[in-house]
Amino acid sequence: MSVLARTEELLSRPWTLSYQEHLDAHGTLPALAPHEVIALAEGAGLRGRGGAGFPLARKLRTAAQGRGRPLVIANGTEGEPAIRKDSTLLMHVPHLVLDGLALAARAVGARESLIAVHSGLVAEAVTQAVAQRPDRVQVHVVPPGYLSGEASALTRSVLGGPALPFVRDVPLAVRGPQGRPVLVQNVETLASLALQARFPGRPPTVLLTVRGRDVQVLEVKIGVTIGAVLDTAGETDVQAVLAGGYAGTWLSAPRALDVPVSHAAGTLAAGLLLVLPHDACGVSAVAQLARYLAGQSAGQCGPCANGLPALAAAWELLAAGDPPAGTVDRIERLAGLIDGRGACGLPDGAAVMARSALEAFADDIVVHRTGPCGRRSAELPR
Amino acid sequence: MRRLRVDWPACKAHGLCAEVLPERVHLDDWGYPVVTGDVPEDLLRLAKAAVSACPVNALRLNPLKEKS
Repeated sequence: MSVLARTEELLSRPWTLSYQEHLDAHGTLPALAPHEVIALAEGAGLRGRGGAGFPLARKLRTAAQGRGRPLVIANGTEGEPAIRKDSTLLMHVPHLVLDGLALAARAVGARESLIAVHSGLVAEAVTQAVAQRPDRVQVHVVPPGYLSGEASALTRSVLGGPALPFVRDVPLAVRGPQGRPVLVQNVETLASLALQARFPGRPPTVLLTVRGRDVQVLEVKIGVTIGAVLDTAGETDVQAVLAGGYAGTWLSAPRALDVPVSHAAGTLAAGLLLVLPHDACGVSAVAQLARYLAGQSAGQCGPCANGLPALAAAWELLAAGDPPAGTVDRIERLAGLIDGRGACGLPDGAAVMARSALEAFADDIVVHRTGPCGRRSAELPR
Repeated sequence: MRRLRVDWPACKAHGLCAEVLPERVHLDDWGYPVVTGDVPEDLLRLAKAAVSACPVNALRLNPLKEKS
């Protein structure tokens, strides 16, 4: 399988590369003009790797054309408990990310750049790396949690406010809370940009976190099938796959194996492939995820604060077996009631997850109508 | 054509918007507004009334173009 390379360029060493080692391994960063950086991002078709997949070149251009000097934030928070690709990247090659941050800052004419992380080993690695470099970057430690890394929450936290999402009339890259543009980019996106600068024309790759029997971070080309990735990862016991993230898409095997990992298929998002083995109950896994997402709601927005716990409760009734009549209809209705009705994408993602689960586990749901299926409850990281 | 937007963290489910503009707003199970479509010229006056009726200023009337 030549399209797949595990721990290739980005993750080839089990330790943190110092600045000097990074320069020895990757060479110096070419001095590029702002428009050259944007052209690189455009030419390689780079898209954001935090989950939304927004085209990098468009966001850079928007921030560059905004009023006032942009603030640039590298987002290394990775709040989702199942995902490890960003922390792996920051622990091993932080300078690749920081090079990307320097390029993004140059592209938009920023004087101020920050890297935001949660506290812990990642923050230590990043703080050390920043101290080794000639450029000036601030490290901002964000409170833990799933939502604190959401772009608007992160921006507020960086500007001294609470790490809570807010409603924007225009994108942050056009105008942030202080008036000037704020460019928030995921750390993997920035590392890809730094690789493009050194190796223009290099086919862009993405990082995936594969979670089954093992937890692995793989570097793959976009468009590779889920089956090929799981083959390489040695995950053979596959009942179903949760693709993208906890607020992602459930696909049942064997169909899932032929689905590509791509933006178009909706399977890339934040790069999670979580494998549900045959002996685990999919409905219970969905109930756990729904409860997890409900627990992550900041409680700021009515439909999310009310709808996510209601959705989780409905899935729990279904998981327990013999639920009240109309529970499946209620799940569908609740998904419709939360979708698109919040300051951030959490309720939308919970709706995507719930709807895809209704389809992927349709047969199991029929079984659960009369009682529990007897399979073990799945254990998901929280 | 204009677009109604709810400032979700600000909205406290008072429900006045649905009373003033039932043509475009109804309330969900918990009393929060469900916006059912954009606002054409002939509803603009009522939509503005709905915006100013909100006691916590959680309803906005925006131009349609909102992409970056």
